[in-house]
Amino acid sequence: MNGPVRYLSLVGALLVSASALAQGNPEQGKQLVMQGDGSGAPCMACHGQDGGGNNAGGFPRLAGLDENYLAKQMRDYNSGSRTSPIMQPNVDNFSDQQLQDIAAYYAAMPVPATKAPAADDALMAQGEKLALQGDWDNYIPPCSSCHGPDNGGMGDVFPGIAGQHPNYIASQLRAWQAGSRSNDPNNLMVAVAERLTDQQITAVAAWLGAQPASAAKGGK
Amino acid sequence: MNFARVLPFIAVLPLAAAVQAADPVVPVNLPEPKEGQYVHNAPTVDDLMADESIHPELKKVILKGRDMFMNTQQYRGEYVFNDMNCKSCHMGEGRKNWSGPIWPAATTLPDFRGKNGHVNSLEERIAGCFSFSMNGTPPAYGSDDMLAMLAYHQWLAKDAPVYEKNIAGRGFNSLGNKLPELSYEQGEKVYQDNCAICHGADGQGQKKDGQVVFPALWGDNSYNWGAGMTRIFTAASFIKNNMPLGKPGSLSDQEAWNVAYFVNSQERPQDPRYTGDVKETREKFLNFHKHTTYGTEVNGKLLGDHDNTGSKPFLKPDVLRPRTFD
Repeated sequence: MNGPVRYLSLVGALLVSASALAQGNPEQGKQLVMQGDGSGAPCMACHGQDGGGNNAGGFPRLAGLDENYLAKQMRDYNSGSRTSPIMQPNVDNFSDQQLQDIAAYYAAMPVPATKAPAADDALMAQGEKLALQGDWDNYIPPCSSCHGPDNGGMGDVFPGIAGQHPNYIASQLRAWQAGSRSNDPNNLMVAVAERLTDQQITAVAAWLGAQPASAAKGGK
Repeated sequence: MNFARVLPFIAVLPLAAAVQAADPVVPVNLPEPKEGQYVHNAPTVDDLMADESIHPELKKVILKGRDMFMNTQQYRGEYVFNDMNCKSCHMGEGRKNWSGPIWPAATTLPDFRGKNGHVNSLEERIAGCFSFSMNGTPPAYGSDDMLAMLAYHQWLAKDAPVYEKNIAGRGFNSLGNKLPELSYEQGEKVYQDNCAICHGADGQGQKKDGQVVFPALWGDNSYNWGAGMTRIFTAASFIKNNMPLGKPGSLSDQEAWNVAYFVNSQERPQDPRYTGDVKETREKFLNFHKHTTYGTEVNGKLLGDHDNTGSKPFLKPDVLRPRTFD
């Protein structure tokens, strides 16, 4: 019976290394969020004082998302694996440590209530089915198979998507289709995104956006 | 004001999205049915709800069986003693070809099975999954829960011919059962590059809020040494046609073989048919274990040489017993 003991110690080692990676300073991050990187808009101008984002503008809610996920997204704007004419100039002067600090600030923020625009019942039913059951005949697994229970996110790889703004979710799925976003590990997201019809994107974004968001609590 | 300045950029995004690549980045690469094979399109829940010929009470029972199949973890500690759901291996609700579709069990059983050397009923086949793959014990034969499972299987087989065995996409064995040369080191590399992101570098999967999201592939919470998936050819074909999730056929055959060998060379709960001696058990069930690493040495360690039954407080469910008609 030495098996379980060995596995536990392995898991313990992983947890330690995962928390060692998350080393942003939220206080420093707060300053940067208000000031910006010197050449563009401060984060809060679009993402809001409460980190809640804005559906009409397509600006995502950042509050409560995983720190390492957020930091990676900003680094990816700088490397070009994720492109945005808005985001790139706003983060290109930040150092990796500053990006981590900003990420730590948003990750620790309480999740503000967001209100998704109304959508008709049939669209919502279709979106719910895609998110929770998928469309296997077109090889589309459900969102929750990676994004976790209630699509609240899994660790620093699969972000919480419940309660995210529909316009943002839809724009990202279309960005994967168009190739302007390619920063998913092992092409796991593009595989699914490129099989979605435009109508399915609208439906799943509408449904996810109307679900309650919760702060990311990692996997394991 | 900054907000207003960036809005025009947003408006441009949908235009860019309209230009879609003709060739997918990740194609769905699944084997074609062989000449003469029967292809069955299993019905969906929408079909069930729309079918007025099915009694509402039966619909309830079918949906109960489906719920057991999709969320088998609700029976953790009762029928299931590891992190598996039925759908963990039988992907796409048990309907998908090349993902171990479950309806053929309803159209081809009762039949003789080499694994236990006698004629098996559908109940007995399902009991096998619970005993080995779920490291547990099945719902009692004839029970309400077992009836629900049977109903789900049989309804998925609707309109499929009974005892037609040349079925396209059945099981997982598209790569055949003849092993190529296998490399543990190469398999480990494939694992860390492609699998670890979900199943963990340590193969223990990931949970959140107590719910299994990515199942453990070895260790106490995974399938036991008697599960069909411990056969390297079964795991290799499953992986080839189903993993990583959403990317069937993306690994080469050799990568699938090597990673199957790597995963199945890790320790896991004891085979319920264990006699108390791993080498004796391997010999006794060699028709099965000739395809596994059980009772063999890998990297200097004799695999399966332990009494660990995982979190299951017993070794063998009582329902696993031979049958004879002599």
